[in-house]
This record gives sequence, structure tokens and C-alpha cells, in this order.
Amino acid sequence: MNDTILLAHGSGGKLSHDLIEKRLLPSLANPMLNRLDDSAIFKASGHLAFTTDSYVVSPIFFPGGDIGKLAVCGTVNDLSMNGAKPLYLSLSLIVEEGFSISELDHVVRSIKTAAEEAEVNIITGDTKVVNQGQADKLFINTSGIGVIPPGIDISGANAKAGDKIILSGTIGDHGIAVMSQREGLKFSTSVESDCAPLNKLVAQMLDSSPRIHCLRDPTRGGLATTLNEFARQSNVGIVIEEDKIPIKEGVKAACELLGFDPTYIANEGKLVAIVEPDDAAKILTQMKQNSYGRDAAIIGEVTNDHPGRVIMKTKLGHSRIVDMLSGELLPRIC
Amino acid sequence: MAQVMCLAVPVRVVSIEGDEAETEIAGVRRRVSIALTPEVKVGDYVLLHTGYAIGVVDEAEAKETLKLLEEIASLSEVH
Amino acid sequence: MKFIDEYQNSELARKLATRLAKRSTKPIRLMEFCGGHTHAIMRYGIRQLVPRTVEMRSGPGCPVCVTATADLDKAIAMAHLPGVIITTFGDMVRIPGSYSNLQQARAEGADIRVVYSSIDAVEIAKANSKKSVIFIGIGFETTAPTIAASIIKAQKEGIENFYVLSLLKLTPPVMKALLELGEVKLDGIICPGHVSVIIGSYPYEFIPKNYNVSCVISGFEPLDILLCIDKLVEQIESGQPRVEIAYRRGVKPQGNKKALELIDEVFKIDGADWRGIGIVAQSGLRIKQKYEHFDADSAFQLNLKPVKVPKGCRCGDILRGVATPPECELFGKVCAPEKPIGPCMVSSEGACAAYYKYGISYE
Repeated sequence: MNDTILLAHGSGGKLSHDLIEKRLLPSLANPMLNRLDDSAIFKASGHLAFTTDSYVVSPIFFPGGDIGKLAVCGTVNDLSMNGAKPLYLSLSLIVEEGFSISELDHVVRSIKTAAEEAEVNIITGDTKVVNQGQADKLFINTSGIGVIPPGIDISGANAKAGDKIILSGTIGDHGIAVMSQREGLKFSTSVESDCAPLNKLVAQMLDSSPRIHCLRDPTRGGLATTLNEFARQSNVGIVIEEDKIPIKEGVKAACELLGFDPTYIANEGKLVAIVEPDDAAKILTQMKQNSYGRDAAIIGEVTNDHPGRVIMKTKLGHSRIVDMLSGELLPRIC
Repeated sequence: MAQVMCLAVPVRVVSIEGDEAETEIAGVRRRVSIALTPEVKVGDYVLLHTGYAIGVVDEAEAKETLKLLEEIASLSEVH
Repeated sequence: MKFIDEYQNSELARKLATRLAKRSTKPIRLMEFCGGHTHAIMRYGIRQLVPRTVEMRSGPGCPVCVTATADLDKAIAMAHLPGVIITTFGDMVRIPGSYSNLQQARAEGADIRVVYSSIDAVEIAKANSKKSVIFIGIGFETTAPTIAASIIKAQKEGIENFYVLSLLKLTPPVMKALLELGEVKLDGIICPGHVSVIIGSYPYEFIPKNYNVSCVISGFEPLDILLCIDKLVEQIESGQPRVEIAYRRGVKPQGNKKALELIDEVFKIDGADWRGIGIVAQSGLRIKQKYEHFDADSAFQLNLKPVKVPKGCRCGDILRGVATPPECELFGKVCAPEKPIGPCMVSSEGACAAYYKYGISYE
């Protein structure tokens, strides 16, 4: 076999089958996928959650992960943010002609590892190849199906005055890790992407208390955008404290150098939870026992004042508005 | 929300190669031009602006300023 | 982070604020002339920390905001020329010109790249020898020597496809222009920190001397700015205006000699067109004849349409400190960060953007 992807790999003929059977199937094998029918067939009952996401991150390899890991974790997390237990993923690859097969193998291995950690199976997929120049190396789409346990009602519209806001860990890691690989920025850092599947963390949180009103992962647009979304959807005000927000020194420094505000930078392994105030402490304790929640902190609360607006109390003691991101901060960050 | 232009960040000079220096701040490293500050030495802090060191930070003055700030602050409690 | 964190101590900030309140007995007006200061003052809520007697106005310190519409139209026209790569600092991309902006030009197929340094533009020129790489040179005296150094580097390396559209402007001349206009009575000026690292403190001496206005050069952390205001209040209360350096870890009275030499080697002083003010004599930098082959203005012929300024936009008044952002009828309603009418709302150093993002406080 060649060492780069050819147009023929996407044409449905022998090379396509070779690609699937020799390079994708061995890593991702499971009974449903192995059948290689046009659709995967399964039974499921209860409240189902269904989500889809496309991944166009550039560069495709970055400290702490790659586009494959991102594609699995992103969709697993979207399901988890509604309280769903992720069951199955679809995987669709659009590959640029000339893409290196060993790099593709690398990405597929990352997909396998991430899927194993999240305990999800990829049960159906597709590969297409486009001419050189018509896609930037590799684009991935994953869709996911999960089941929401009975009694769980998590939505951005459920926040109530008095609720506490918990952030699961440090902000800005993913965006800075990706930026450090961009051509022309010339800065290097040991900051790694926080890309991670959060389904088990969420399951533990729900075990400790079902009174979790909202959950979201602050990806594009960062923490600031997610909080604004909650404030608007629930028509409540949100107040957060700047010095309670966990952030790595390296991320702070990179933001100073680049002139960015870390509250707008993408995260791929963090969540924001809005919870019943009486349960906040025990949910926090539970989160800290999970490696993806060890830096979790209560960063603020929900109020009836200034509905739709997010206010931050700064280190200096004054309050300022935290608006939604406007314009393009970091293109192709996920 | 994009870059702030007047920004000049204090970074520490780790090594010097010709008219460039490797600098560091809280573990983040960046290569900069020292064309404007050829007198800089390893260990100095420089103010970094759009890829160039525009001046060397005077550490003695920095200490003096902090002392002055603390003096002023303590006076606020006096009268 | 060293030389940053120590100057953000909130307890010291509160105490400084308390002392300021005791010291300031009469109403005074201060103006900053640096976009970085505009941004920092809003971000750190300095207006809420200073006593009511101290009124603060923003001046024309945002390099993007003061770029004349005609110059921006020029840059956009250059972007559409065949074989051109435009390299620019990020904020310029969304600034509205008369008919378009660079972001739109990019969507229409122009090759426009955001760079963090003029050196990056030189490297893009090296890597694309068949194209003409034009760097949009906005900035004040802080950026001018860095662009000069990049031009000299390009010269040394024999790079022939690198051009600079010099829109560089000078700070003391625009201070003089505003003081001469006399539209806003000023008692003190918060002088730019990093411009002063380059030019030192002597260029401001004419201000206390001829206009009786106090000048203190400030750093960018909250304690730096409060210290600067404390010194300004002291000067004004004692009736002894002079030039003082509060940002002593960065600024020497004589400035950065090497940087000044670089500016002088590559640039000559000429008039410049400032948005909201018009042509100000001796306030801009043009490329000297010796380096003319790097000058985008001489190298490219353009067909420019007449300049159009959006109706109702008060950026000009805001840049001269005559109006504050909320006094503009478009502020927040028609003009907001996601749909800006004028540059003051686009640039993160613009007074309107800073006011919108940080301005409204909830006690």
C-alpha cells in the first residue's frame, strides 16, 4: 500500500475497502461495526440524546491531543452535558488527497484510545477523499447517541437564582496549546490541551446529586460565552469572581504575550455546572476525586439581578460586564 | 476581543544568539529580536513588543517603585 | 509573572485609592493618550477607584482608531491588487473603511494575513518571492523602531518584495494639536508608558511649560496607573506642573537611544492624517528616500473612490476627548462590537469597545 491517501481511497472500490478493512477496522472493531452494513442496527429505549459535531482544528496534531481525540471527546461531552450516557458514535472522515497514511493511522489510534476511555463504540462511518487543496488535510464529523437516565432534566434554561456555579478546572489550556503550534507565533509552552471525555465525571456528579440544573462544556468562545448562554437561556443574572477561576500560570503568561483574555479561549475537557446551592459542596467534593475535576472550584452564583447579563467581580474589587465573544478570536480551534 | 497593541510584556532573557534572544515568562518561551536593545545580558528582563525587546527593565527602579507604593499605601491609614 | 503581579495587589490599590480621595480637593480632568492605557483603565475599573473629583477622558491613543478612513481605503485597495499579500496587526481586519473592510476583502479572495510582528511580514516576503508583501504599518513611537529594524533587516537580506505602508504617528505633536484646539480643558496628562520607553520624558517638557498642564508617564498595571494619578493630583493641587516619570522601571529620561537612531535612519517626519482631527503637522513618519523601494505608497498605483464617513459616528469627537462613548447616539444601540460602525468600537484599545466591555459597573 502507498504511503499517502489517493483519490481512489474514497471511490468505493478496492482501495476504499482496503482502507476500511486494513486501517480503520482493526483499531475500531466491535460487533456492530464489523458487519459493515449500510446502517448500524441497535435497540435503545428511554430518552435518547443525539448530537453531531464537525472537527476542523488546525493544526491536526497539538500538545495533549489531536483531531481524532478531539472528535471523540467533543461528541461524548456534548451527550454528557445533557446527562446522557454516551452509547454509540458515527465517524465520518473527509481526507485531502496526499494526506500521509501514517498520520491517518496516528489519528485512528487516538480515536480508538479515546473511545475506549469513554467506553463508547463507533458503529458506523464513512470516508471520502477530495482533491488536493479542497480540504485542509483532514476534517472529521462525529455524531453520537446516548440515553438519559430517568429523572434527569439538565438544560441551559434551568438556572435559578441562588444556584452555585462550578467550573471543573483550569481555563484556556486547549486554545493556548493549539495556538502554540500555529505558524508565525513563535512561542513555545509546556501547556497541553485539556481534551478529555467527561462522561464518567458527569456520571459521578449525578450520583452525588440529581439537582444539577445546567451543564455545558465551554468550547469555542470560552467560559465567558458559555456563561452568557446560560444567562440568556434561563433569563437570569450571573455573578462570578475573577480570583476563583482556576488558570495555569503558563496560560496566563501566553495570554499576556498574545493579548488574549483567557475567559474567551476554548476548552475541550472542562465543564461548567449550575447546581442547587445546598448540594454544591458535595458535588464539588465528588468532582475533585476524578482526575478531570481535581481543580474544580465554585466560581460564582446565579442571581435575579441584571437578567441575561454576566458580571465579574475583579481582583481589584470592582465589577464589570463579561460579554459574549464578538468577532473571531481563534479560528479553527476545534 | 483581539490583541492589545501597546502591549509590552516583561520577559526574562534566557540566551542570546546574534541579534536574537530566547526569552521566557512563566514557562512560556519566545524568540525575540534585540535589535533595539543590543546591550542586553542573559538574566535581564526586557519589555517585549511585537517581536522586539524595546527596553531593558530596571530592576532597582522596580523595587523602588514598590517601596514607594507601600509607603503611600501606609500613609492612607495615617490621617 | 514578575514585574506584573506585584503591581496588581488589590489591597495596595484600595489604599492608594483612599489616599487619592483625601488628597484630591478640587475637580480636575485628566487624559490618557495611549490605547493600552484606555484598555487598562477600563479593565481595572480605575474610574471607580479614583475620587469623583478626578474626571478621566480618553485621547487619540489607539493606533487603529486614529487611522484615517482614506488610509484604510488605501490598504483595502492594495489588498485587491494582483499578486499582493497584505500583512497586518489583527485589529485592522475588522475596521470599516468607506465601502469595505479587510475581512470582507479576504472573503472576496484577497490574501490577508494577521501577523504579530513586522518580522513575520518579512519572513512571509522571503517565502513568497513572486508576490508583493505589504505590511500595514500602524502604530506610534513604540512600534516605529521595530518597523525600522525590520526594513533594515529586509535590506540586509536583499529582500525586494517587502513593502511597508507607513501609517505611523507621533504622540507629542498630537498632544500639542489637542492642547491648541482647546476643546477640552485638561489639568493633567497620563503619558504613554511604552512610547516613552522609546522617546524618554524630554519631548513632553513643552506641555507644562507652554500650557501649564501636568504630565506623568505611567505603566500599565493598576498600581502603576494609580501611582501616576497620585502624582498628577499632587502636581495639580500644588500648582507645580512638570514632567515626571512614574514608570521608572521602564522609562529613562533620555529614552532608548538605539531605537531613536533606527527611527531616524529609516523615517522622516511629515504631516499625518488623524481620524477625527485631520492633518496634524509633523505628526507622522514617512519612509526616507534611501529606503524608498520599501515604500508601498510609491510602489503601487491605486484608483481610490471618494471617502465616506458613516453618518452619526462620533469616533472623531471621542478621539479628541470631546465626547464620551455613551454620548454617541449610536453607542450600544446601532454600534456594538459584533456590528461596529466606527473603529473605536472595533479595536480592543478603542474607547468605545473598552467602555462597552468593561464600562458598566454594578455596585
